[in-house]
Amino acid sequence: MDPAQFFTASRLLIVAGKGGVGKTTVSATVALAAARSGLSSLIIEVEGKSGLASMFGVPAFSYDEVELTEGVRARTLTPDEALVEYLEDSDMSRISKRLMTSGALDMVSTAIPGIRDILVLGKIKQMERAGLADLLILDAPAAGHAISFLQSASGLADAVPIGPINNQAKDVLALLGDPERCQVMLVTLPEETPVNELVETAYQLEDRVGISLGPVVVNGLYPPLTGLDADPSAAAEAAGASLRPGEADALDAAATFRRERMELQAEQVGRLAEALPLPQLSLPYLFDAELGPAQLEQLAASMLDGIGGLS
Amino acid sequence: MTDAATGAAGLTDLVTTSRIIICSGSGGVGKTTTAAVVAMEAANVGRRAVVVTIDPAKRLADALGLDGIGNTPKRIDGPWPGELWAVMLDTKSTFDDLVTTYSAEPEQAERILANRFYKNISGALSGTQEYMAMEKLYELHNSTDFDLVVVDTPPSRNALDFLDAPKRLTRFLDHRLYRVIMAPTRGVMKAVNVAAQAFVRQVSKVVGASVFEDAVTFFQAFDGMEAGFKDRAEHVLQLLTSPATSYVLVASPKRDTVAEARFFAEKLGEADIPIAALVVNRMHPHFTDELPEALRERSETFAGSDLGGLYRNLADFSLVAHREEEHLAGLAQMVEPAPVIRVPFLRTDVHDLTGLALVGDHLFGRS
Repeated sequence: MDPAQFFTASRLLIVAGKGGVGKTTVSATVALAAARSGLSSLIIEVEGKSGLASMFGVPAFSYDEVELTEGVRARTLTPDEALVEYLEDSDMSRISKRLMTSGALDMVSTAIPGIRDILVLGKIKQMERAGLADLLILDAPAAGHAISFLQSASGLADAVPIGPINNQAKDVLALLGDPERCQVMLVTLPEETPVNELVETAYQLEDRVGISLGPVVVNGLYPPLTGLDADPSAAAEAAGASLRPGEADALDAAATFRRERMELQAEQVGRLAEALPLPQLSLPYLFDAELGPAQLEQLAASMLDGIGGLS
Repeated sequence: MTDAATGAAGLTDLVTTSRIIICSGSGGVGKTTTAAVVAMEAANVGRRAVVVTIDPAKRLADALGLDGIGNTPKRIDGPWPGELWAVMLDTKSTFDDLVTTYSAEPEQAERILANRFYKNISGALSGTQEYMAMEKLYELHNSTDFDLVVVDTPPSRNALDFLDAPKRLTRFLDHRLYRVIMAPTRGVMKAVNVAAQAFVRQVSKVVGASVFEDAVTFFQAFDGMEAGFKDRAEHVLQLLTSPATSYVLVASPKRDTVAEARFFAEKLGEADIPIAALVVNRMHPHFTDELPEALRERSETFAGSDLGGLYRNLADFSLVAHREEEHLAGLAQMVEPAPVIRVPFLRTDVHDLTGLALVGDHLFGRS
């Protein structure tokens, strides 16, 4: 598949998965891969500090949009900030400050669960409509919360039958239900529990939210390596080298460990493919000490390779 | 004694003497498993232990015999001299129980439990899950059935949400805005300033009148119960900060989770809460003392051959091991003198009690 076509399949890409699987890394990778395909993207963070800035080697950012690298911008978006904007847009700027300082959002969001989420989604919808970039990437909240986050619109459309919130919810529902405007990219590690939870999340998102699912990203696959099956002493002899004392054992133990882990990973990838008939992209496990611009470049190249192989 | 043995001994000590153990840390680091193993070890040393879990992965829940129904501990049979019990936190039932306890008469409780606004509080108000986890802990601690209560804290960005949660809810229930909402029904209209009234009207215009009525009805029904709740919250907080409670910080050696663990440690430190032990799950094995750079160099010398691949692989894992130790060094120093227990990467996830026992062997230095 042509990467440009892949990245413009929908205007908004929601990157979701359970905590610790690398959602932010994948969001950054997608953005950089899109930039390398000549497309602009905007990453939206909803959970505060995430390490995104350090991956691109730039200072931390917040509500104001920043450029992370050429073609990639980012900003954070929190319910409080979205509420202020919403009130200002709806001509209620006079009360917005009071709402913020009095902690009234707590009460309003208790009276109407999901209102925080709809505020954020409503703002994202507005950004999508405004065409701020070729691709908007939402680094979603962790899995369990992602479902209630995305479900908030349908819940609210029922709970609040009329008025501005109802309109907002309906607009968001229209966005989420339109595969040309919005898709979810689920992320997992090639491990048992994360795979199980991803499959569960995928079906819940389809059934309850009716959102379209894009390819699944398996993050952290050990890259293949020659010689893992070889006997270290024989390999040394073949290469005309001599091993240091104890080295044969260390080489062998490390190779065995990697082989076993790779087998387990392959097993989980297979299980995922069987349980979930979605195209898979994979990103390599990086042994490097830091995840910085150079590593991100490597991941983006790997993703572009994978996209090239999709039909 | 080796470092590993010291760590394990420290943790064994905790399991033998603590009344409450709270496992905290960021999501996905194995908190729930660690909590379950700690409780199991207490049963092994003859104590009556109960573990409170929050949203466990399905297979772990199955391993503990939890099917998500009910809010009371279930006993888990096993080859231990003590007792092992487990309960999965049901936020709503726990809250319902509290309301029933503090209502002046059954009718008051009924009115509250049936109210839509109340149902939202027990389901959606942020911090409620944390609060109810601590409430459950308090209740189990006060029962005479258990010697040790082990809890894993809900995954949350804010390290101290569970400490803050009781106060948060009482603050919420005591908010001056409610007094504004309540004012018309209490007949103290004149005390309420005009601006506040206008504000309330505007909010109710946005959210809809019926939603607002639910809230008013709730606060009317709840009237008089705030004191009981506040009192209880105070007791829970005292217990959480008393020496009877030990905190175990759970982490994995990845850079971002270590950063979060450091943040947790810092916040606990600011609240004068010492960390009793640090458990680091999913450590990569240490295969060699050779430096990654030297190994990488050798792999390049033999590039393309099997030996080159083998060196490259050893270099990769040497790098990971160094990196993990580097990440941990600062954290270990922060939690000093707490012991640090390293648990290796395990071949499979925990499916049953045998799997839990295996983790226990690593945690308590038997492997």
